[in-house]
Amino acid sequence: MENAVRLTRTLQVAACAAVLLAATACGSSDSSSSGGGLNPPDLKAQSKLGKSEGEVNLIAWAGYVEDGSNDPKVNWVSDFEKQTGCQVNSKVAASSDEMVKLMKTGEYDAVSASGDASLRLIASGDAAPVNTTLVPNYKDIFPDLKLQAWNSVKGKAYGIPHGRGANLLMYNTQKVTPAPTSWAAVFDDASKYKGHVTAYDSPIYIADAALYLKATKPELKIKDPYALDQTQFDAAVALLKKQNADIGEYWSDYLKEISAFKSGDSVVGTTWQVIANLTADEGTKIKAFVPKEGSTGWSDTWMISAKAKHPNCAYKWLNWIVSPKVNAQVAEYFGEAPANSKACTETSDKNFCTTYHAADTAYWKNIAFWNTPIEQCLDGRTDVKCVPYAKWVQAWTEIKG
Amino acid sequence: MSLLNRTAGALYRRPRLRLSLLLTAPLLWLTVLYLGSLSVLFVSAFWTTDSFTSEVVKVWSTDNFHELFTVPVYRQVILRSIGVALSVTVLCAVIAFPLAFYTARVAKAKWRPLLVVAILTPLWASYLVKVYAWRLILSQGGLADWMLKPFGLNGPGFGLPATVLTLTYLWLPYMVLPIHTALEQLPANLLDASADLGARAGRTFRSVVLPMVLPSVAAGSIFTFSLSLGDYITVQIVGGKTQLIGNLVYSNIELNLPMAAALGTVPVVVIVVYLLAMRRTGALSSL
Amino acid sequence: MQLSRSARIALRVAAGFGFAVIYVPLLLVLVDSLNPDRSASWPPSTLTLHWWSVAWQNSGARAALWVSVKAGLGATAIALVLGTLIAFAVARYRFFGRDAISFVVVLPIALPGIVTGIALNSAFSTVLEPLGLGLGLFTVIVGHATFCIVVVFNNVVARLRRTSGSYEEAAMDLGADAFRAFVDVTFPLVRSALLAGGLLAFALSFDEIVVTTFTAGPGIETLPIWIFNNMTRPQQAPVVNVVAAVLVLLSVLPIYVAQRLSADTATASRV
Repeated sequence: MENAVRLTRTLQVAACAAVLLAATACGSSDSSSSGGGLNPPDLKAQSKLGKSEGEVNLIAWAGYVEDGSNDPKVNWVSDFEKQTGCQVNSKVAASSDEMVKLMKTGEYDAVSASGDASLRLIASGDAAPVNTTLVPNYKDIFPDLKLQAWNSVKGKAYGIPHGRGANLLMYNTQKVTPAPTSWAAVFDDASKYKGHVTAYDSPIYIADAALYLKATKPELKIKDPYALDQTQFDAAVALLKKQNADIGEYWSDYLKEISAFKSGDSVVGTTWQVIANLTADEGTKIKAFVPKEGSTGWSDTWMISAKAKHPNCAYKWLNWIVSPKVNAQVAEYFGEAPANSKACTETSDKNFCTTYHAADTAYWKNIAFWNTPIEQCLDGRTDVKCVPYAKWVQAWTEIKG
Repeated sequence: MSLLNRTAGALYRRPRLRLSLLLTAPLLWLTVLYLGSLSVLFVSAFWTTDSFTSEVVKVWSTDNFHELFTVPVYRQVILRSIGVALSVTVLCAVIAFPLAFYTARVAKAKWRPLLVVAILTPLWASYLVKVYAWRLILSQGGLADWMLKPFGLNGPGFGLPATVLTLTYLWLPYMVLPIHTALEQLPANLLDASADLGARAGRTFRSVVLPMVLPSVAAGSIFTFSLSLGDYITVQIVGGKTQLIGNLVYSNIELNLPMAAALGTVPVVVIVVYLLAMRRTGALSSL
Repeated sequence: MQLSRSARIALRVAAGFGFAVIYVPLLLVLVDSLNPDRSASWPPSTLTLHWWSVAWQNSGARAALWVSVKAGLGATAIALVLGTLIAFAVARYRFFGRDAISFVVVLPIALPGIVTGIALNSAFSTVLEPLGLGLGLFTVIVGHATFCIVVVFNNVVARLRRTSGSYEEAAMDLGADAFRAFVDVTFPLVRSALLAGGLLAFALSFDEIVVTTFTAGPGIETLPIWIFNNMTRPQQAPVVNVVAAVLVLLSVLPIYVAQRLSADTATASRV
């Protein structure tokens, strides 16, 4: 039984109308972007701490918010939840770009942002200024971490420092001989291990190439690897395109790097200390160090979302994560220098702070912390325009081919 | 007459009303929700993003498409992705056909349901776990290397061949099932008639079986082609440093949604064209 | 069609090889779940059931399983209703745009998941934000239902095409009104197609990762998302293998049932 029916045009027209309506409804232009400069919107920090909201949503680097599900002995979340009554939901982000995107959704309360994300969050109004008086442990933070270029604007603090570390060169001691001392192992000499070299999968890695060129091609006059004019940028990109031929895979997921080193698919490349520790735990013979040219690194800041639905719990978390004992736990697990000076007495390894240069201001001058490249050159040059981060992202796609 | 009876009668006399009632809810869902959000995404491909704050600037501009057509890497990646999708489809068809022929016509009838279950079961093993299993197989010193060592060869390692291999493995059941169903439903009398007319097995296969099974192959190919074209997870796990169109879309979502939308329109256009081409073979009715 | 003996043997070998290739990676997963080593490496040094007991106690996995089941049931229910409605419209009526509808129904599953995902994500954010709602389980269900419709649609349409409408007409000749005819005649005829379509839709929704990533709210973790998050954690990776192995073992029965339900009643012949 088939019924021939002329489907009324109404339904079709209604459908088209709905589509058009949806399209035009979003057609109104709404742009509050500041476009290039650092003029953050005028947001106010919270003035006082209210009642706990019962939960808090965090975005964090892997290893920053451990609740025992990875290793029952590694847990600083459960105590927080017991003491404050704030249930912690955390999302692990693999890159700063992912953190920026997640913060834009407005569904999260706090984020552990590195320097290449923090400025973007401040400029777009996704991160609110932080009232440091509401974080009692802030006073014990190392002074050279407070109110820096990546976590403050015009003297207003936008976050609480979490810790800092350097990107390291990791190599398989059995397969890579002689032992490398320089980043040349992954750049000029990379063809020796063709197909088994790895690198961090993020446009910010271009700064690593720039850092290498700073030492090996002084004629380019690179001062700050995040302030690259077009010539310097093109040189860095060319170096990375050359490196691409020798790369086996890029990593952003840290377990992937661990298993790649363990199986021998990767034998040399950049890494974080926590990855090196875990890889060594798996039985792989590796070494990780800062090569002679220095390295890029990160100084992470816990920031609060301007749209935070649980701001009080967020502030409580910020105070918790930089409290001496917890900051020591995180620093030791992840393998970075803690932010709280009092944490150095709480670490289980008494030499931890010395090994990680926690109080060594001079050491950190050699580490180029992740920063956001903008058009106004970060090294102060006014005669040229520097390449902004959006172009870094484009170039990164071209480098990977 | 009860209210129910009267409504039934009224409906019976008004086929157009019946049809509208049937279609309203699903059409609203599909057109407003699905097609609507797709069109909004397509419209956003004509916007741009502020380079620093990553805020979307809702001003009409064809910059994204201009970039798509001029920067060579995008063309490379698009062609590579289409190539991968086609290779996976061809490989799946080639592997699935003998398998389906066996399960549909050669195996004993009582084993057939079990064989079909055997083909479908891997679909329930999580997609991610299967891809990681292949990463294990293809890694340095893994199963692939171990099996090829006696022949003096190395496994393919991570990269484009590994991606094609893994995708073929993943979508094989989607190709086997329609072919199996079609072969199973092939009327025996047609084959007998062909034999009566003097054709041997090869000729019968070419002239009778193949044309009748082609719509199912096309139906299966819709799955293998579209699933492979947009895939970005498998290539991240076993593809080494390879980039496919899905990865480009994914990496742009965070900072540059308009560009991601522009990149996303490419596989959409390709798949729509493919679907329209397959429709002619009657594939859509044998899905 | 008479196949020569060598052809049959060749087919048998090819099929055997095909099945072997299909199952080797799954066996690998099973063996890996018994591997005491945490990060996946080959070959495993010994075998142990340790991870199976850890997985059993893992609350994260159980919670994710429950969320997946809820999402699957919700999506299947919606897909069943919408898919059946369209199937009846397409199979029993002729109207302008009928082919277009079959085409549109296939789109959610044919278009790349990432495109569907970001489209739905933007749509949800734009529509829900002013209402103060965020992404959550129900946005996941909506996303899944959209591409599950086609599965139900195909099954029901195929069944409706094979059963002629004369049964309903006969029932009405005998005095049944349209509703009675549906309940007593049509529904029993399509029931098994609905069940098969529903099972397939549930399976699709259960294993879906891409669209889910974009439509799930921060606290929502379906099983595939849990697997995705935990494959990258040293202690959890073997638990993931156990979960996968369990899924495969548990799924055999529903697949068998679905297969029997959708099997054609026409006799399949032996070559």
